[in-house]
Amino acid sequence: MPQFTDLLFYALAGLTLLFGFLTVLNPLSRSPVTSAMFLVLTILSMAGLFVLLHAFFLAAVQILVYAGAVMVVFLFVIMLLDLKEDERRHFNQVAVGLGGLSALAIAGTLVAAVVKTVPAAAPAGRLAEGETKALGRLLFESHILPFEILSLLLLVATVGAILITKKDLR
Amino acid sequence: MIPGLHHYLIVSALLFSLGLLGVVARRNLFVVYMGLELMLNAANLALVAFSRFHNNLNGQVMVFFIITVAAAEVAVGLALLVALYRKRQTADVEDLTTLKL
Repeated sequence: MPQFTDLLFYALAGLTLLFGFLTVLNPLSRSPVTSAMFLVLTILSMAGLFVLLHAFFLAAVQILVYAGAVMVVFLFVIMLLDLKEDERRHFNQVAVGLGGLSALAIAGTLVAAVVKTVPAAAPAGRLAEGETKALGRLLFESHILPFEILSLLLLVATVGAILITKKDLR
Repeated sequence: MIPGLHHYLIVSALLFSLGLLGVVARRNLFVVYMGLELMLNAANLALVAFSRFHNNLNGQVMVFFIITVAAAEVAVGLALLVALYRKRQTADVEDLTTLKL
């Protein structure tokens, strides 16, 4: 008798892959806005997969940062530039064919590698405290230096983005 | 079948190839960029799955860092696209042939 969470995995995995496919090759629309919307749905179903993996904090971050902030910036820029010409053109058949071939090759290689590998036995014992609490402890106790460097990176990216988009750099 | 580590890794591999397909096959720079995001997300899914099935939270810390770096990368990348659009009035890879002989 399959459990509810198992069925949920198959549903979410199927949705993730379906929305991912519609992001890159939507047969009905060439518009980058449609792609962005399907990318949001992909990210949301992926947050569901994170919940199934007990990564609750990351699921929240995924929705807040990716589906929220990143996709808003994406849509804002797409609408700011008002792209239309892509809808007139058709898919480049050669590019789609060769791209599909290379994607199939990569998919085949990775899936074959995964299926052939026998995973190492997982160490026994669950975490005593909650997952999010343990993650916070790990983040601020053993990974505090990368965390601080990351904040510096965000500052650099902000300043860089403003500088790059400035009209005249004098 | 009860989903285990293999199942998650296969989903991650398929998602990665979908992202690659977007990068190779599409010509709109924004959709190419979304393909890159899909590939990053596929790697994240694999890391979270490993972290769960090996009882090791370091994978989740890494995913947290990856998400943050990806956000910074998106900001800079889209700024570059805006600057490019100002100069060339295009967001299509086939119009960017400056390096072609």
